[in-house]
Amino acid sequence: MIPAAFDYIRAGSAEEALAALAEHGDEAKLLAGGHSLLPLMKLRLATPAVLVDIGRLDDLSYINDAGDHLAIGVLTRHRDVETSELVQSQAGLLAEATSHVGDPQVRHRGTIGGSIAHGDPASDLPSVMLAMRATLVARGPGGEREIAIDDFFTGFLETALGDDELLTEIRVPKMPDATWGFQKFNRRAQDWAIVGVSAIVANGNSGVGLVNMDSIPVRAAGVEAALAGGASASDAAEAAAEGTNPPSDLNAGPEYREHLARVLTRRALEAAGR
Amino acid sequence: MEVTVTINGDSHSHDVEPRTLLVHYIRDVVGLTGTNIGCDTSSCGACTIHVNGESVKSCTMLAVQADGQDLLTIEGLADGDVLHPMQESFRQCHALQCGYCTPGMVMAAVSLLDENPDPTEREVRIGLEGNLCRCTGYHNIVKAVLHCAEASS
Repeated sequence: MIPAAFDYIRAGSAEEALAALAEHGDEAKLLAGGHSLLPLMKLRLATPAVLVDIGRLDDLSYINDAGDHLAIGVLTRHRDVETSELVQSQAGLLAEATSHVGDPQVRHRGTIGGSIAHGDPASDLPSVMLAMRATLVARGPGGEREIAIDDFFTGFLETALGDDELLTEIRVPKMPDATWGFQKFNRRAQDWAIVGVSAIVANGNSGVGLVNMDSIPVRAAGVEAALAGGASASDAAEAAAEGTNPPSDLNAGPEYREHLARVLTRRALEAAGR
Repeated sequence: MEVTVTINGDSHSHDVEPRTLLVHYIRDVVGLTGTNIGCDTSSCGACTIHVNGESVKSCTMLAVQADGQDLLTIEGLADGDVLHPMQESFRQCHALQCGYCTPGMVMAAVSLLDENPDPTEREVRIGLEGNLCRCTGYHNIVKAVLHCAEASS
């Protein structure tokens, strides 16, 4: 399968990428590791007229200790996130979930920013971002702005990023003493999750993010509220599917996904020591 | 667009369409057909090569993305007539049936041992999750990787 023809622009800097986006608007797509976008282009589900390759912007690949949070450059590859001692010690849930993204070959190419900006409800990392209450940083013609993760996912494969904006940094709160659990249910090792759950507990506060339970990545707000009210893991997990609208596909219908969400949430919370 | 890559130590330059997939460039333009195309959807791993020493699926990368990079394909693994230790282990452990997945499986296995030289059986199985063997001959493939790790230690 070969993608439809496109014009290729290799950005030498973030400024060049922004200039290309400003010129080509919604006809352009950014290319990072390409492991979400290229499969869609090969299936001709995406046919951008212009591809702006930001894959060589090495200054957007970093993991820094920024005081109360980790600052992770969007072009940091999954492999570098999962093997980072800083991520393992300060954001263990992120390191663990990243080690379940795709397979080793995918993790050698795919990037954390690409995965999040793609906005796929079936991706693992958005659930981690929701659970850990990450903040995203975007750069556009008007400068930089922060976007809370709860405001980021706006529709199926759609995000709050403007056509002229570039996601630059992921800010993940440092939670060295947190307990957490990550659950991913799939039929074959490297498949997308039929349902997945990221759960984290720190200082009595909890965060629970769901994979593939709606048209966008969603938070299990009912579970978080139940836990805040003192519910046990198994009681709180009963609320996992509340307010969700799970997709139906050849793997599972909505009822099965709702059941999975409850079971996997309970397991994730138990792994987190609740 | 002009693309220059090093493949198995040799430099290659060609003018390619931006939409040319790396695996098509390697097979159809350079003429190295040891790298197979299987599923063509980044699932099966038959097209696995190394880019700068790490395993990647060449069906999910554009040739223009590889510009300036150092590539290794299955043809570049052996030293003349002397097989790479992983190839030799696959031969000794009979780690292939039809052989279609083998080039990608070997390249993925070499990358796996580069990152984890002394893996457990479970780590080998998880480490090869990106490669499918339609003959389901996984047992001997895992044995071969463990054999290679042991022989190299």
